[in-house]
Amino acid sequence: MAEHNAAPVDADVDLHVPADRAELRPSPLPVLAAISAGGVCGALARYGLQQAWPHPPGGFPWATFAVNVSGCLLIGVLMVIVTEMVTNRPLLRPFLGVGVLGGYTTFSTYAVDIHGAASAGAPWVALGYLAITLVGALLAVWAGTALTRAVVRR
Amino acid sequence: MGRHGADPGGGAPVTLLLIALGAAVGAPLRYLTDRTVQSKHDSVFPWGTLTVNVAGSLVLGLLAGLPAGHAVSALLGTGFCGALTTYSTFSYETLRLAEDGHRFYAVMNVVASLVAGLGAAALGLMLAQALH
Repeated sequence: MAEHNAAPVDADVDLHVPADRAELRPSPLPVLAAISAGGVCGALARYGLQQAWPHPPGGFPWATFAVNVSGCLLIGVLMVIVTEMVTNRPLLRPFLGVGVLGGYTTFSTYAVDIHGAASAGAPWVALGYLAITLVGALLAVWAGTALTRAVVRR
Repeated sequence: MGRHGADPGGGAPVTLLLIALGAAVGAPLRYLTDRTVQSKHDSVFPWGTLTVNVAGSLVLGLLAGLPAGHAVSALLGTGFCGALTTYSTFSYETLRLAEDGHRFYAVMNVVASLVAGLGAAALGLMLAQALH
């Protein structure tokens, strides 16, 4: 497996990174428990926003949009922090990145809601939601990474 | 899953508990699946995240198409599928691939995730219709 010292490609776990590869040893329990606990927090936060901001059939799923874009901004911030600043906290990425942000953001609801809008007779909402989430998410992760790098490397 | 208007018992403690239970399993399962997939493919392409996102979209499509009750939808839909799948890791990977000079992989990650994720959700919805 090729070794490289750059930031991981996969924020959840990247087996090219020695620390990620070794994090289930000697016991997988601390990492899995941190991910599990983080996942619960993230999922409940997502549900809270979806409850507070429901969308009618064929409407734009603003809550899930906001969840996914804000989660992408935060993963950008977090990954710079854990790879460049706080490198001695092995449970920080599992808890906040894999758990909280992974549990908070969702790809499945995004995919199903696109079909939902299309089948409710709102194909432009479906297409717009598809595109705006994608562009918003990519811009957010880029901005989170770039801004945090600028602060950390100052 | 989208919430449509009034949702009786939406904030009830039992609903929150079911979501928490589903997420407590879904999030570590994403991590373990990702590790397993990566250990079988030595590639920079993020097959692991693609796998969980496609699998979760299939299951959520199935649930959305079935007359799944409130409890099942909280446990398996909002909790399990929501935590199993991720948009944050998907977009972080896409950015990192592009930054590392793997622009083709970055574009392919977006295209493959959208095509396979939407296809899996559609398949789940069709299976649900065929089942009832």
